[in-house]
Amino acid sequence: MGALHRQRPYFFFLNQTSKIGERNILITSAVLSGLALGSMYGLIALGFHMTYVVSNTVNFSQGSSVMLGAVLGYTFAVRLGLPLPLACAAALLCCAAFGLLVERTLVRPFASRGSNAWLMATVAGGIVLDNVVLFTFGKEPRSFPPMLSERPIEVFGAGVFPLQLIIPVVGIAIAAALAMLLRRTRHGKSLLAVVQNTDAARLMGINVTRTIAVTYALSTALAGLAGLLIAPLFSVHSDMGTLFGLKAFAVAILGGITSAWGVMLAGILYGVAEALVTALLGSSHTQIAMFTLVIAALALMPNGLFGRAPVKKV
Amino acid sequence: MHAHVHFLHIVRHLAIAVAALIAAALPAAAQDTVKLGLVAAISGQSAKSGEAIVRGLSVALDEINAKGGLLGKKVELIVRDDESNPAKGAVAARELVQREKVAALFGGLDTPVSLAIVPFANQSKVPFMGVWAAGTPITRNGAAENYVFRVSAVDELVDKALVDYSIKKYQVKKPGMILINNPWGESNEKGLRAALAAKNIPFAGIEKFETNDVDVVPQLTRLKEAGADVLYLVANVAPSSQVVKSLDRMGWNVPIVSHWGPAGGRFSELAGPSAAKVHFVQTYSLSGKLSPKGDTVLAALKAKYPAIKTLADVTPAVGIANAYDAMHLTGLAIAKAGSLQGPKIREAFYAIGPYEGLIKTYARPFTSDNQDALSENDYIFTHFVDGEILRLAH
Repeated sequence: MGALHRQRPYFFFLNQTSKIGERNILITSAVLSGLALGSMYGLIALGFHMTYVVSNTVNFSQGSSVMLGAVLGYTFAVRLGLPLPLACAAALLCCAAFGLLVERTLVRPFASRGSNAWLMATVAGGIVLDNVVLFTFGKEPRSFPPMLSERPIEVFGAGVFPLQLIIPVVGIAIAAALAMLLRRTRHGKSLLAVVQNTDAARLMGINVTRTIAVTYALSTALAGLAGLLIAPLFSVHSDMGTLFGLKAFAVAILGGITSAWGVMLAGILYGVAEALVTALLGSSHTQIAMFTLVIAALALMPNGLFGRAPVKKV
Repeated sequence: MHAHVHFLHIVRHLAIAVAALIAAALPAAAQDTVKLGLVAAISGQSAKSGEAIVRGLSVALDEINAKGGLLGKKVELIVRDDESNPAKGAVAARELVQREKVAALFGGLDTPVSLAIVPFANQSKVPFMGVWAAGTPITRNGAAENYVFRVSAVDELVDKALVDYSIKKYQVKKPGMILINNPWGESNEKGLRAALAAKNIPFAGIEKFETNDVDVVPQLTRLKEAGADVLYLVANVAPSSQVVKSLDRMGWNVPIVSHWGPAGGRFSELAGPSAAKVHFVQTYSLSGKLSPKGDTVLAALKAKYPAIKTLADVTPAVGIANAYDAMHLTGLAIAKAGSLQGPKIREAFYAIGPYEGLIKTYARPFTSDNQDALSENDYIFTHFVDGEILRLAH
């Protein structure tokens, strides 16, 4: 930390004592904070996007999957002493398995009957998971082992943990991969075929049930990944995911849930806007300003910022 | 046929009469002990506080019973979980008073729960002893006959103590506040504003943050930009550690003077090495050289609870110490009252003292104008080093 102070004068054109310089640091650090958090919202929102485009359903326990990723990562790495990469991989696999379970027990039984009760069932599933973790993992928040989050580096005068710069990179890479997968590969095209016409897809030999199940597994694994990425910057506890899940759903809708790129971009925009509002207007205005912005954006663009209007066949 | 029905009637009447007799006899038999009740968070995020209170009360209770109990009877503690929920706390208090006929109630960590119990305690004339929750209006509740007493910190006085400490230790000129966005944060904003106004010190700004905020850098940068030279922190352990991590990232080395939130959990683990920079208020610490009384209580704790091995296992010590002294003071009041009737115990509270307790020697712990046994002179400042709460020199 002392070193950081000494380094400061060498950086960029900023003069630490000038008001303009400090305002710049304020904005830079807000943008950097917002990029990391926003990419995390984007990652979770990509999970909403995936299940929506393939099955027209979403998993409202995504927030709890964020928590599950972090809690399992902590359990494997700290309590069982596995090396961190192995612990993270194991946690992601478990999250994927949880996704399969959610789809099989909370979505499929309702969706197959044309009922919308999966909506409430997945909300309930998330609450059940939160409480199971509360009783098994414990009540006290715990600290995740640091991953590139011990020593801050300086970017344009603002301190930032390297992990915070990695989260947006991971987020954008995954959004790009998903967009590629869906539009360019045979697997992806078969996914899209499922959503366009389930019966036709089935006739063409596509295993619809399995495709949807795999999508759920992938989407909860993404939420788990978001949890693992945020955990070193945060603390691990049973209700850590609730608010993330909520904001991510707002982001998914804002981005126009049908576009992977749109969802990721909306996440980053949301995160940066949130941090800027806090930095420039003060923290008491953040939630009011952000959700008003979301409502206004949706009123002006009902299909989200980057979504397309669904084609209605008559 | 008719006679048969008549017979059944008699049997039913008899059965009801016998049941009523048994019901009437039961409380009388149960009153062979003096019952005291505790309503605290035994489960949920604050479960550790409930555990500490139970331990402190129990060790004191054992000492009282070893000396023959109260009014010639053994004393018994009945514990109810409020799950940090005001409605559940109020129901539990009612049940303890009306069904279990407790002579006095003890309260837990959460100010909202205690505030929900206060009107009931005053109405039903049962002494209610706070051992943790610091909300100012718990004891200062405006009731004509106030049955609420406390052996703990008081928000309003803590805020004065935070300001005094920052003047003495850091010669503060322009402090900033970083407060949790809930009623606790709000009550301390009021207290800190008043305490600063009394000392004629301007403040750089007031920033709020949420319990689940990951990143507090934007708020802290605003305070830094406004020229804050000390930060007053009011938040529980997890959000407090997010403030410390955000400061680390900014590379801003500013003194932090805090309410006792960090004491409620694994602050060293959550906030990392910079946790030690946060100086927070406590009423008692088990670290360093203890008074003979401190040694006795620590030994009794270790004997009764084998899970306690090091000092890190008895954090937060405030819960234990406040509860221990509160139990003894309540015992003295009941003995002095010579009765289990609430109004008599209440009068006796004003008449007890001096009593050599764990936290201090109470000359006259309670008066009708001040039902708080501790004042800002009894607060100490501490910090976390490797999971242990250590005393700081003033």
